Amino acid sequence: MNQALVPRDRSFVRRAMGAQSAVWRVDGVLLVAVMALSIIGTLLVWSSTRTWAAGAPTGMVKKHVLNLAIGWVLCGIAALADQRTLRIYAPAVYGVALLGLLAVITPLGSTINGSHSWILLGGGFAVQPSELAKPALILMLSALLAEPAPGTDRPRTLDLLLCVAAAAIAMGMVMLQPDFGTTMVLAVITGGTLIFAGLRKRYIAGLAVAAGSAAAAVWLLGLLKPYQVARFTAFINPANDPRGAGYNSTQALIAIGSGELFGKGLFHGGQTTGRFVPEQHTDFIFTVVGEEFGFLGSVTVVALLGVVLLRGLRIARHCENRFGALVVGGVVCWFAFQTFINVGMTIGIMPITGVPLPFVSYGGTATFANMIALGLLQAIHIRERAY
Amino acid sequence: MIRVRSRLVVLQFLVLTLLTVLTLRLWQVQVVRGAQFVAAATETRTRDVIVPAVRGQILDAAGRPLVRNRTALVVSIDRAEIERMRDGGKAVLKRLAAVLGRPVKELRERVRPCGPHVTRPCWPGSLYSPIPIDDNVSPREALQILERQEDFPGVIAEVQAVREYPLGAGASQTLGYLQPVTEEELTKRSSLKANFSGVDLVGRDGLEYVYDEALRGSPGLRRVQVDRMGKVLGVERQTSPVPGDILITNMDANVQKVVDRALANAMKNAPKADGAAAVVLDVKTGGVIAIGSMPGYDPAVWAGGISEKDYQRLLSEKAGLPLISRATHGQYAPGSTFKISSVSSMIRDGYPLRGKYDCPGAVDVGGRSFHNFHGIGMGVIDLHTALVKSCDTIFYQAANEMWRRDGGNTPVRHPKEPMTTTARAFGFGRKTGIDLPGEVAGRVPGREWKKSLWAATKHLSCARARTGYPEVEKKDPSRAAYLKTLAHENCVEGFEWHVSEAANLSIGQGDVLVTPLQLAAAYAALVGDGRLRSPRIAKALVRPDGTRVQEIESPVTGRLPIDKETRDYIHAALSEVTSDGTAAGAFSGFPMNVVKIGGKTGTAEVYGKEDTSWFASFAPAADPRFVVVVTISQGGQGAMAAAPAAREIYEGIYGIKGKAALPDGKPATRLPAIRRDGTVVQ
Repeated sequence: MNQALVPRDRSFVRRAMGAQSAVWRVDGVLLVAVMALSIIGTLLVWSSTRTWAAGAPTGMVKKHVLNLAIGWVLCGIAALADQRTLRIYAPAVYGVALLGLLAVITPLGSTINGSHSWILLGGGFAVQPSELAKPALILMLSALLAEPAPGTDRPRTLDLLLCVAAAAIAMGMVMLQPDFGTTMVLAVITGGTLIFAGLRKRYIAGLAVAAGSAAAAVWLLGLLKPYQVARFTAFINPANDPRGAGYNSTQALIAIGSGELFGKGLFHGGQTTGRFVPEQHTDFIFTVVGEEFGFLGSVTVVALLGVVLLRGLRIARHCENRFGALVVGGVVCWFAFQTFINVGMTIGIMPITGVPLPFVSYGGTATFANMIALGLLQAIHIRERAY
Repeated sequence: MIRVRSRLVVLQFLVLTLLTVLTLRLWQVQVVRGAQFVAAATETRTRDVIVPAVRGQILDAAGRPLVRNRTALVVSIDRAEIERMRDGGKAVLKRLAAVLGRPVKELRERVRPCGPHVTRPCWPGSLYSPIPIDDNVSPREALQILERQEDFPGVIAEVQAVREYPLGAGASQTLGYLQPVTEEELTKRSSLKANFSGVDLVGRDGLEYVYDEALRGSPGLRRVQVDRMGKVLGVERQTSPVPGDILITNMDANVQKVVDRALANAMKNAPKADGAAAVVLDVKTGGVIAIGSMPGYDPAVWAGGISEKDYQRLLSEKAGLPLISRATHGQYAPGSTFKISSVSSMIRDGYPLRGKYDCPGAVDVGGRSFHNFHGIGMGVIDLHTALVKSCDTIFYQAANEMWRRDGGNTPVRHPKEPMTTTARAFGFGRKTGIDLPGEVAGRVPGREWKKSLWAATKHLSCARARTGYPEVEKKDPSRAAYLKTLAHENCVEGFEWHVSEAANLSIGQGDVLVTPLQLAAAYAALVGDGRLRSPRIAKALVRPDGTRVQEIESPVTGRLPIDKETRDYIHAALSEVTSDGTAAGAFSGFPMNVVKIGGKTGTAEVYGKEDTSWFASFAPAADPRFVVVVTISQGGQGAMAAAPAAREIYEGIYGIKGKAALPDGKPATRLPAIRRDGTVVQ
């Protein structure tokens, strides 16, 4: 692709919609899958908030649609970005994200639902910098690992150390909030990106050992809050405390299981209407689809997320550029982890962890971050597709 | 880039695996186990609210309430909910105690389940039903609880019907009381299971127990949809409760009050009296017009959970076992009131009804001297006079002769035992079958009874005959020696029916025991149509809308073994007792021209205690409508304690002093009318 061939006098619209335009080269399947997930998510947010939220029945869903609209704009902007630009600005983006995380720790931050993760903007809007830290960290790590050691396709040791430092700083600041779920996501992103960058197997093993010992240390040193410990013990045995920590898990299973094959129909889920599942429009949104759309609906959502992940992997495979491939790999790790953890915790095969379901859960910053990530995938797809 | 791609392939494999795991698990949860979760969802999403049926009232024959319902705001606690709380409900109970103005300790005690080592107050009922804490809260207190449900999880405030007893302690043992149903009762009585609501109470004694099923009705059920906070979102389905039937009794509240007052006065006047009972029967129908027992208790102590102190008092011997009705559970030797049976047995055995009999001051029976009251002889008299003046020696002699004819200590193959068999035919020694629980049978001794007693006790007697009574010897050597001789006799010849025992039976002393109710039923048969009836307190069951469910009649259970001439003869003799006989003093000044009273006094000796005082009577003497039997335990002579109490009852019934309890001296014959709305036409 030769930029010099593009005449300078053509209008923006013509450039945007012309035969050479990026619009015609986006990954349509990925786009449609995310659109479908957004629509389903909107219905589910509506169903789970129509009886109680401010401005009910549609107050919350209107905000969700607005978030999505902003998200799609951000997606478009990200999709137009050039990889070299991204690579150059990656440290700056990462720096801004760190500043955001820092701001949360200062008096600017606010606590919502026991997590000190928010900056209130007024007018009912708030941002959650830890969500934006996810794509920022991916960009930073990919930029650091873009140049392999000379003559090999393995990362340079210095880059490796810088990566670990960059990840550790971000994770540490998120852990302070405390946001255990996002910390885990950042850890998975870091691990995944390093592995794709060609980390030696013994280093992988070393990382795994380090992660394991860190987890053990966290557990043994009592760094976890009691509720976090309770979530794990409740996961091992939900009947232990069906009204306390096991309550969410039990109620989520009841809601999903009672949907059976075809579901009870939109707005007809008794468990959803009765608000038996807590945080149902955010972390437990999957229980709404389980109850109201049944097994068929649940599998559709899982399948759509699967399409997103597999299309992402396809983009990564076709990417000739190391930086681009690492960005896409990081995003796929991120979405895959959140999908499995989020759905898994609602059906009792994962412990309760506060991570949203990508493109479905309510939540402004999370939606923005997801859409930016989608935009990055599209950008890499548009520019790196092998013709 | 090769390595990146190969590692991407690994990730792709991982992603596909995870997606498959999710799908399989979803299939398992939603399709394989779906029905199970549907059931669980229904359970969490709906609450079954039991709408208790209003328990039927208990009315007297004129429609006055004996037990009625008062609408009250009741606060109860759902134990299951409290137990699930992290602090065991401590915080909730503390807040509730503050609202109700009660000590927290009391609330905590009242929600504990009763058990072997738990003293009252405690909860005796099912652990799955709400525990009432206060059945008389003000609307303001109830509102405080209802409006802040989030502060009071597991606390229920609702309008309920609470039992009320207008007579107070009157007839408390007869009416009975309610208690929360226990798990055992639920399993034992299958009919309860079907109709039991989980929140209402079950009758534990008296009429409340016997007619529990009819009084209870059946509860309604409302299945409501609730949200996580328990807020009701809507009603899924509903069945209305069916209120219990109204129980109309033969009792009369006014007469009952008269009886209770008379018994209380009699207890006051007889300083050693430790209990009293009275029965007023309708001779024509066998209905029980009043039945009283002292000491009594106010059934209100049961409402809303009884305190340990009250409960111990109800069970204590010292307080006179107020829970026990002496009219049906009290067994006493009947004394001379038993002579109606003894005279009848003489006639059956061929003694002439209108013959002349010698009544000396004392007679020799089996080598022992048996004498009249104060040893006074009356010369040659007829049986009429023997009853009026209460001669004993005639009956001693008859008993002695009968005993000899039966072979004495070496009995013939089929002894006739006229005294024993006649007493049985008068209904003694077996339950009357009254519609009250736990009635006792009394005892009629005889040769067979003696044999079975010996078989049961000879082991013990023979041991005592050897060892003696060393524990008694220290205090009273002569009594110990007597007891040892007695034990020896019982060991060697305890099966023998001695003539002294036969003589004692003839005047209602010794081993014969009757209940006041049995005596009343026997007298009613004697002065009525000669038929023994099983007395009935209940008269009819009526639905709250006035339709009759069932009319209850006293069934005839036997016939007196004497002809009408004999009955009339005894009836005529007893009619003179209050004017010329043993009760003349007690009834002096009674206006016999208004209503003539007939009766028989009885004074039964009890070893180591004061005599049991009896008066069995009927009125009007010529054509009796009422039988009144009064017994005062440790009251002394019949004429001194029981007869005055009976007089007071008659004065009340006929309005000798003040207003008549029964207008025209007749019990109500028609059922009280009940309007369609359930109110009673007075």
